[in-house]
Amino acid sequence: MSVTTFLQIDLPAGLTALFATLVCALAGNFLVLRREALLGDALSHAVLPGIVVGFLLSGTRAALPMILGAAAAAIIAATLVHFVRRYGRVEPGAALGVVFTVMFALGVVMLEQGAAHRVDLDPDCVLYGQLETVLWLVATGPESLLDPAALAQLPRELVTLAITFVVLAALVAWFWKEIRISTFDPELASALGIPANIFRFGVTLAAAVATVVSFEAVGSILVVAMIVCPAAAARLLTNRYGPQLAITLLLAATAAILGYAAAAFGPGLFGSPNSLSAAGMIATFAGVILGLAAAAWRLRHAARPVAAHA
Amino acid sequence: MSLALSEALTRLFDVLTLQAGYNANTVIAGTAVLGAAAGGVGTFVFLRGRALISDALSHATLPGIVLAFLAGAAIGIETRSLPLLLAGATATGLIGVALMHALTRLPRVTEDSAIGAVLGSFFGLGVVLLSYVQNLPLAGQAGLHHFLLGQAAAMARSEAITIAVLAAFALAVVLYFFKEFRLVAFDRDFAAGLGWPVARIDLAMAGLGVAITVIGLQTVGLVMIVALLVVPPVAARFWSNDVRTIALLAGIFGALSAYIGAAASYALSDMPTGAAIVLAAGVFAIAGLLFAPRRGVIGVALSALRFRLELARVRWLARIAGGEAAPHAGPLPSLYLRATGLLDVSGRPTARALRDAPAAARNLSLWLAAITRRPEAVPVGARFGVDPVHAVLPRDLLDEIEGRAA
Repeated sequence: MSVTTFLQIDLPAGLTALFATLVCALAGNFLVLRREALLGDALSHAVLPGIVVGFLLSGTRAALPMILGAAAAAIIAATLVHFVRRYGRVEPGAALGVVFTVMFALGVVMLEQGAAHRVDLDPDCVLYGQLETVLWLVATGPESLLDPAALAQLPRELVTLAITFVVLAALVAWFWKEIRISTFDPELASALGIPANIFRFGVTLAAAVATVVSFEAVGSILVVAMIVCPAAAARLLTNRYGPQLAITLLLAATAAILGYAAAAFGPGLFGSPNSLSAAGMIATFAGVILGLAAAAWRLRHAARPVAAHA
Repeated sequence: MSLALSEALTRLFDVLTLQAGYNANTVIAGTAVLGAAAGGVGTFVFLRGRALISDALSHATLPGIVLAFLAGAAIGIETRSLPLLLAGATATGLIGVALMHALTRLPRVTEDSAIGAVLGSFFGLGVVLLSYVQNLPLAGQAGLHHFLLGQAAAMARSEAITIAVLAAFALAVVLYFFKEFRLVAFDRDFAAGLGWPVARIDLAMAGLGVAITVIGLQTVGLVMIVALLVVPPVAARFWSNDVRTIALLAGIFGALSAYIGAAASYALSDMPTGAAIVLAAGVFAIAGLLFAPRRGVIGVALSALRFRLELARVRWLARIAGGEAAPHAGPLPSLYLRATGLLDVSGRPTARALRDAPAAARNLSLWLAAITRRPEAVPVGARFGVDPVHAVLPRDLLDEIEGRAA
């Protein structure tokens, strides 16, 4: 593998995978702490028709129309869940399941019937992601990393994800204390004059944005693993707010780097010229990391005969 | 464009009326049987709150499908063997559920985290395995991705018949054990008190859910199969409170959705069967949400409006009984009073209004007494001021307020 190949193919795809995983894990950290992990699952499915409409109306894969469409779809989904729960007196899990699968079905049909014939957004992208198409073909060698003209041609997906991560991270840092209080004790937050509802809405919005910007890279279903696994693993390793986020992001980055490397370079070790699905591999590694965290917890607590974890 | 549309509609009509050929008819009819069974089984998946667990299970079948295909290829079966693939699907699906339960037993891992983690990472492993298989020179690997979104048209007649027979068997089990399932779903403790093997009955309900998930994989696809289990019962829920009616309606909705969806995917190009079926089921759910007489949005709004108007009528009559000659009512209530023959065109109460006024006034004052003295004794759903107190209030409360009013 030459340096140029690495710069043209693996660097942009690997960095895109890394930022997609980090963005999802960052939003997922707060969803998991709020016990709303399935909101990530529901959102990632329910926003699909909105993404398709945004895409069809704008005719491009630019992030903004798709995010606006996704936001509209998320609002419709939340309203429908509320109506199904209230009028049908149905438990929340079933209401969520009904609404997000039906909206996902609508999105798939719209994709097949409308978009597939015009441009290159198709159900495969929804299911598997399209990391393999993220390329930086203008790179000619290491000097391209310092060449403004070449850097300006970095893949759009990568740039969008990197900017989203920086913005979300800055927001988390800025409102660190407020998010913390409104996550753990919304009533105390209100008493202190912190608008807990706005932060709650903000976390949901961040999850929706994370889903949409990661959608092209890793698809609608694999994002669920990126949202839930690193944060859930971190929950097993620490019970403190600050380290929780740090460990979540560290584990997410580990899953992304190891997963990408295994998918891209692993088959070569066995003499195969083909590569494997990097998005799928990252989701798998995220699951394995959660499994290891669970095993570590069991080992650490096996010595103590505590009734609490029955 | 319009020509293409009319052609598509003609084709859809042909398929829906079973004129599309023997193979298509068998597949569509088999899918309808699957839909009926899914509705019946799904009623208990829904009642036991297992919708999201089923979603994790169905996503966790993907690695098993691909591994079974690889295992088949290793021992010389190069084409897709449905029983083998479904066995693999069941295996990893159940491993996924077992891991999910193991995770939930740890502290600080909530059930929804465990569901999401298993769903996402097992699906990821499946995607990796799919990407591996796609580069192998094996016949039959091209059909594997149909297990994701479902493709009825890719099914052979024999496969459709197998699926229909298995689904019919699952439906027969639900019908045979209906009484047991219903009681365990609603009142476990009572069922246990009767000496029933509650845990085994519950396991049977869960097992039937797994069975439908697995046999529906090829038609509906693993991404949306949970909807075939859960959407029909939720749609049925709007129309009834009775489990038998819900199960019956869910079976009918499931069968119709499956039939329409499978036909649509045959007739229209680029229409994944699973998405078409789920969308059809979604139409039933939306119809229930909007139009069901007692639970639907429109029905609830209309009965609220009717209550408002009837209460306005009662208050108006009470004012007449209190001595007012022509009390003023709002514009909408006035229309209502006119339509019900209580108000004449000159804006004066009719003879009927004068006749009805004392009884309405007495009923209203008894209601006021009841609601101020013992609001907790008023039955839920009784309409204040409107329903006759003697028909809706309990005996002891009536005695109390009538004694006081007298």
